[in-house]
Amino acid sequence: MRIPCPHCGWRDSREFTCIGSDAYLFRPEPDAPMSAWDDYLHNRDNPAGPSRDLWYHDPCGTWACVSRDTATHAVHGATGLGDAR
Amino acid sequence: MKRQPDSGHSLDRSTTVGFTFDGRSVTGFKGDTLASALLANGIRLVGRSFKYHRPRGIMTAGSEEPGALVEASSGGEFYPNVRATVQEIHDGLAARAQNCWPSVRHDVMAVNDLMSPFLSAGFYYKTFMWPRAFWEKLYEPAIRRAAGLGRLPRVHEDAPYEKTFAYCDLLVIGSGPAGLMAALTAGRAGARVILAEEDREPGGRLLSDGGEIDGKPSRVWAAEAVAELSAMPHVRLMTRTTVTGAHDGGIYGALERVGLHLPGQPHMPRECFWRITAQRAILAAGALERPIAHPGNDRPGVMMLGAVASYWRRFGINPGRVVVFGNNDGALALSRALAREGVEIVAHADPREGLAATTGFPLLSGAQVTGTSGRHGIASVTVAQGGSTRTIEADTLALAGGWNPTLHLACHMNGRPHWDETIAGFVPVPGMVPGLSVAGAARGRFSTAACLADGALAASEALSELGINATAMPVPQAEDGTFSIAPFWQVSLPGTEKKRAWLDFANDVTTKDVRLAAAEGYSSVEHMKRYTTQGMAPDQGKNSNVAALAVLADATGRDIPGTGVTTFRPPFVPVSIAALGAGGRGEGFAPLRRTVSEARSRAMGAPFIEAGLWMRPSYFPKPGETDWRDSCNREVGYVRNAVGVCDVSTLGKIDVQGPDAARFLDLLYTNTMSSLKPGRVRYGLMLREDGIVMDDGTCARMATDHFVITTTTAAAGQVMRHLDFVQQAFCSDWQVGAISVTEHFAQIALAGPKARDVINQVLDVPVTAESLPFMAHMPVTLGGVAARLYRISFSGEAGYELAVPARYGASLYDRLLALTEAAGGGAYGMEALNVLRIEKGFITHAEIDGRVTAFDIGMEKMVSGAKECIGKAASKRPGLIGPERGQLVGLRPLNPQEELTAGAHLYPAAEPARPEHDQGHVSSVCWSPTLGTFLGLALLRNGRARHGETIRVDDGVRGKRVAATVCDPVFFDPDGGRMRG
Repeated sequence: MRIPCPHCGWRDSREFTCIGSDAYLFRPEPDAPMSAWDDYLHNRDNPAGPSRDLWYHDPCGTWACVSRDTATHAVHGATGLGDAR
Repeated sequence: MKRQPDSGHSLDRSTTVGFTFDGRSVTGFKGDTLASALLANGIRLVGRSFKYHRPRGIMTAGSEEPGALVEASSGGEFYPNVRATVQEIHDGLAARAQNCWPSVRHDVMAVNDLMSPFLSAGFYYKTFMWPRAFWEKLYEPAIRRAAGLGRLPRVHEDAPYEKTFAYCDLLVIGSGPAGLMAALTAGRAGARVILAEEDREPGGRLLSDGGEIDGKPSRVWAAEAVAELSAMPHVRLMTRTTVTGAHDGGIYGALERVGLHLPGQPHMPRECFWRITAQRAILAAGALERPIAHPGNDRPGVMMLGAVASYWRRFGINPGRVVVFGNNDGALALSRALAREGVEIVAHADPREGLAATTGFPLLSGAQVTGTSGRHGIASVTVAQGGSTRTIEADTLALAGGWNPTLHLACHMNGRPHWDETIAGFVPVPGMVPGLSVAGAARGRFSTAACLADGALAASEALSELGINATAMPVPQAEDGTFSIAPFWQVSLPGTEKKRAWLDFANDVTTKDVRLAAAEGYSSVEHMKRYTTQGMAPDQGKNSNVAALAVLADATGRDIPGTGVTTFRPPFVPVSIAALGAGGRGEGFAPLRRTVSEARSRAMGAPFIEAGLWMRPSYFPKPGETDWRDSCNREVGYVRNAVGVCDVSTLGKIDVQGPDAARFLDLLYTNTMSSLKPGRVRYGLMLREDGIVMDDGTCARMATDHFVITTTTAAAGQVMRHLDFVQQAFCSDWQVGAISVTEHFAQIALAGPKARDVINQVLDVPVTAESLPFMAHMPVTLGGVAARLYRISFSGEAGYELAVPARYGASLYDRLLALTEAAGGGAYGMEALNVLRIEKGFITHAEIDGRVTAFDIGMEKMVSGAKECIGKAASKRPGLIGPERGQLVGLRPLNPQEELTAGAHLYPAAEPARPEHDQGHVSSVCWSPTLGTFLGLALLRNGRARHGETIRVDDGVRGKRVAATVCDPVFFDPDGGRMRG
């Protein structure tokens, strides 16, 4: 599998660490209700199809929000986190 | 069979090669495969089958070989299930027939063949049912002894293997007419091309088809094309390389045989596993000829017709008297060509009616082979034609049941192929693997002209997708016959139904087994496969799956497309684990990180332990010390009473800079770093976003907009990743940057009452307790070298850590070691470091183990109420705070000499060791030479309220029960006067 690093371009997936869904980008306000924090921390969809998830390119330290398809394994592209939010 | 004089264009007849087969000395020529050399020596019986131990011979001339699986050894190495058709002979090669005892000619287990009525498909499940108790003790061990093809080597293999990576614009898989044309088209257009060929020689079927291209013999045209490609610097021609799988993202696995064909090369890799990343790929792997199921079709001497031609033309093997059994015009044409070249075709049987007679051999139209005879190889073939049968004496029975396109790679992403009636075979559907197109015989274009044109076309299309201009190449002139076939899978004339006709030659699956599976309800192709083991041998059904489907379709009254295919999975050929995992053995298992003091530590005799990827010294033994604990106690004494030196370079170091650096660290740490003054150091705690402690360390402010933070050794990578995430996800518009400088600085700790005396001997300007107080740092110079000096302590004693550019680390360590020893101290290792910190109740990842909160370790007050930080909201959740939590406590055994053990659980004295009474666990233990007692740190439910209580420390694994008193985790110098002093 190949992942496009926003900084380095397409690289082998073994250079990356994946932490899962892009939901981690949408951090609740500090005083948000606990249910919002539960959703943020724990509640995840398991999509068969288009998904966005977060990959860290260990060699260069860039995080990428990767658009891909869990059904076809196609990787469509990636953006830096600032653009992904 | 024997070798023809002066023929066989793949041979180098000037070089004779000696090897052994079953202990017998045999010779062949350079260029021979083991199979061709055995055939040249008249050896047809080369092994036994899996279940019935039937004699097996050489059936094909390629990697799909199901019959000739042998043991090969060379120079102490041993490989089972080696395909004789792939293994090249070399001096010193010792091959043996396998699956037989005492010999391949007299095999005791051949009795299974007589038992075959009782060994039908699914016999395990039917036979070994009762009595139930017999399964584990009797049946399973007996089956395991009898099962399996070949035997494993009983020695560890030390031979070298390699793995590597390659990149190209276009990967061409196969170097037959389609592959060569594709590679030429792309190579001439300047594309970066990899052309992978499984055989030793490129050319594919052009090496053995005997035809002409542009008026030249096909193999001459192929050699010219190869010469042109070899001269192109951007084309890599890889022979002996099988592409084994198509994977996501245009990545292809490929196995190269590097040294398996060479004698005595101890340092040469046996195989190399390639991961090839290709923008586009063309599968031009050709097609595999299929046998026909008829009684006795598994006898040595039965061979595919194409293989007969290959051995004849490439290796000069005369097949003797040949009966051909084919169902298509291609086979008929090949028989004619072989007869012209001098092969003795004694009959060509074709089940199709009304074929016109031909010259050169008797053509039996409407004929079927109904049996063979010969104990260890074909002696005669029985043919039925028009109601009568005749027996024909023969040495070889050549089967030609049509061709299956080699489409496996195109199906590796779960694509399902399409059934093409015109060739009676499955063909790939475009787009099954993104970026992969299929050309030539691999998609059912069988004539040489069609393959050449298809290869050129596929390459042009791939290049235009890549934006590379390719000038149209003239397609060479070649044979362009149409392919006519009448599907014919199995002989089912009256009188043959009860006889066994083989489908899977390695696993001994017959047409009867498939019919039985269907009759017993296993009519789905995936069920039939598992019930009969059809297609589960090393050839993975390459020779048999399509015919088995046809038999299943027939037995269930369906057509072939309606029956479906089993799933194609990588690898295309067996791949050794040694190649896949090359470099991963022993020290190669994980990267190794070495400290600047390693050489000195080893010279001092220190044993090493792993800390993350680092190797760190455990302790430094001295003469007379019999136990690690003697050394450890002495080293603890250095620190408590004099001075100790320790390399702490493994701690993670991160440099954080920018106008928003302080604000950034406030968000990361639970406590406030923006209030820290330049020149000062503060202890810091980081949480994960879910409120659990991630790591702890120090934060030193260099200047208003410059910090250096440290992490634990184990969490350095995780913390760096976390900083990058928080910065890029939540602070991307802040002016702050963070970078790991762990490797850039060597950091050496000095600890003990005499630490200042020692440090002042290396500093250009000495420090005093006042000029550098506890939790302060300053820039210093050592002989003119700029360094940083931190006044911090992980031991509870006055401590300094000196950071220098890593290149000075080894000499600094040596210098400090000498000065420390002169001051009555010395080096201390990880064991002493651990004792020192436990005595002080300092935590490590033994305590903050990924389940522990700031509240649990008594640091909830460090979660600042005045500001936001990562993990703050979640750390306040119900269940993460309160008396039900395990809280950090100290443990002292009532009897100080009684050993506590880490991992032991805590129970009330009166309660049994059962989960409902479990009160927590011990995280760290040590013998404290300072206090003369064993000590423990533990996480005890509601522990902070239970100081003074006696609890049972119960280690069920080691069978140890110790009564201990719960106490404050800081055992030594609780007010911290020593480290401030």
